[in-house]
Amino acid sequence: MNPPVLALSNLSAVSDHDRAILRDVSLEVARGETCGLVGESGAGKSTVAKAILGILPRTVRVTGGEVKFEGADLLKIKAGPLRRLIGERIALIPQDPMTALNPARRIEAQMTDGPRLWRGLDKTAARALALRLLDEVHIRDPDRVLSSFPHELSGGMRQRVLIAAAFALEPRLIVADEPTTALDVTVQKQILRLIRNMQSAHGTSVVFVTHDLGVVAQICDHVTLLFAGRVIEAGSTSQLLDRPAHPYTRALLDACPRYDRPNAGLRPIPESVIADLYAELGQSGATP
Amino acid sequence: MSEVVPRWISETLRACIRDPKVVAGGGFILFLLVLAIGAPDLSPKDPLEQDLILGVTPPHGFAGAEPGYLLGTDDLGRDVLSRLIWGSRVALTVAFAAATLAAALGAALGLLAGWYRGWVDAIISRLVEIWMAFPPVLLSILLVAVFGAGVGSVIAAIAIIDWTRFCRVIRAETMGQAKSDYVTAARAIGFSPMEVLIREILPNVMPVLIALISLEMGIAVIVEAILSFVGLSVSSDVPTWGGMIAQGRQILHQGWWVLAAPLIALFLTVLAFNLLGEGLRRSLDPVMRR
Repeated sequence: MNPPVLALSNLSAVSDHDRAILRDVSLEVARGETCGLVGESGAGKSTVAKAILGILPRTVRVTGGEVKFEGADLLKIKAGPLRRLIGERIALIPQDPMTALNPARRIEAQMTDGPRLWRGLDKTAARALALRLLDEVHIRDPDRVLSSFPHELSGGMRQRVLIAAAFALEPRLIVADEPTTALDVTVQKQILRLIRNMQSAHGTSVVFVTHDLGVVAQICDHVTLLFAGRVIEAGSTSQLLDRPAHPYTRALLDACPRYDRPNAGLRPIPESVIADLYAELGQSGATP
Repeated sequence: MSEVVPRWISETLRACIRDPKVVAGGGFILFLLVLAIGAPDLSPKDPLEQDLILGVTPPHGFAGAEPGYLLGTDDLGRDVLSRLIWGSRVALTVAFAAATLAAALGAALGLLAGWYRGWVDAIISRLVEIWMAFPPVLLSILLVAVFGAGVGSVIAAIAIIDWTRFCRVIRAETMGQAKSDYVTAARAIGFSPMEVLIREILPNVMPVLIALISLEMGIAVIVEAILSFVGLSVSSDVPTWGGMIAQGRQILHQGWWVLAAPLIALFLTVLAFNLLGEGLRRSLDPVMRR
């Protein structure tokens, strides 16, 4: 088997108040594979995503573990070379297309940042690349889009632009940070399909951060479930969704509203499950 | 479609022309600029030429007016209009130079403080607070007294005093922008902190910065007038609006126009800079422009 593109091992991090944010998080993503990173708000999904992208906030301190990308531990690389390594080979598809584009810069400038910075492309070449990418994400009028400001485009269009930009440098790994939560459901579906298609066309691995198990079922090969900064369960999507081993996973799946049982109502995760979890984590039942 | 002028330039210009504030304020400033640059050719008389026989003649249309002296003369018989035109040179020079310098200094420190926070911010912010504790006019008089009179000293004094205005606003703006998702996205691309500041954040604070610069030009015109009023600006053989006000004050009862002319010029100039600043803020912002 190929070595994994990304391998987190026992990554631990604390906040500036020495509160644990991540505890021994391990995770592997093979080439071309999509790994779902699932959890409630505050479970540490975004912190893992930021650790992979080398943009942890100053308030978060890594206390142990490794973030190995193509065999090199990102945590051991100096800031300058790290920016280049990550900038070239790891890309981000951000969460909210409304805010992830700079309101004061035209799409062309924003899409060509990476290629101009790391490939040294001139304006014409970078524009040609941007046009090709926009075509790939099925944007009909790429010339007009390139000279637009973000506020002149719809949410779906902006997310397409961001996806196109993410693939600009043919990255090995893409971190998709809840890329569909800010979109309405019909657009969501198109965007998911688009990411899937782009990914298989380019052979890119994806870490897909989400709290939507429906999205996981559609797009992920493997899933890692986080709770309070710890991996609760990990495995292939079918295994985790069909035969969940951990009570929390079962409760979480049970809490999803489903079409096949419309009258079941909403089922919250039982408090006993949460209490057991905290007991397992060696904490009192205090709220996280 | 062949683009001779890039779209963003034509769009920005169109937005500016549509805004009556920009047109009025910018128009007046442009007019003033033409007068200042063309002063040697455009002013009807030599601003320094004295004619004691024609002292304190009233402006055109008043009893006792002399032909050729549209705005009358002062107590030394010098043409008020010509002195006004020549005075705009000093006013505009100081306005542009001082505002630009203050903006450069203040914006640079504001960006750094807002981005790095922590001890960088602590030092810069405390500096701003200490600075603002000094009464600005007194401080400027003190600074010019130390530097020695002259346009250069006036410019330096205004820049040294007023950078705090820019610093405070730009710092707050930068803090807000630094939290936004597009900054995260830019960092993920691999921009260094400086690149993020200059490429991503600066364009977003630019409309505010330009508005502030325009307002600051108005302030600089006033400060320059104050300094030349107390005789600390340029040497007395160079006509300035402040100098004219000082002189007009002494002969207010014989010739009110000597005081009124530079006051009105000052008022209109400051008004124009403020209008321009406010208008530009809207017209330059691609989001507000909608």
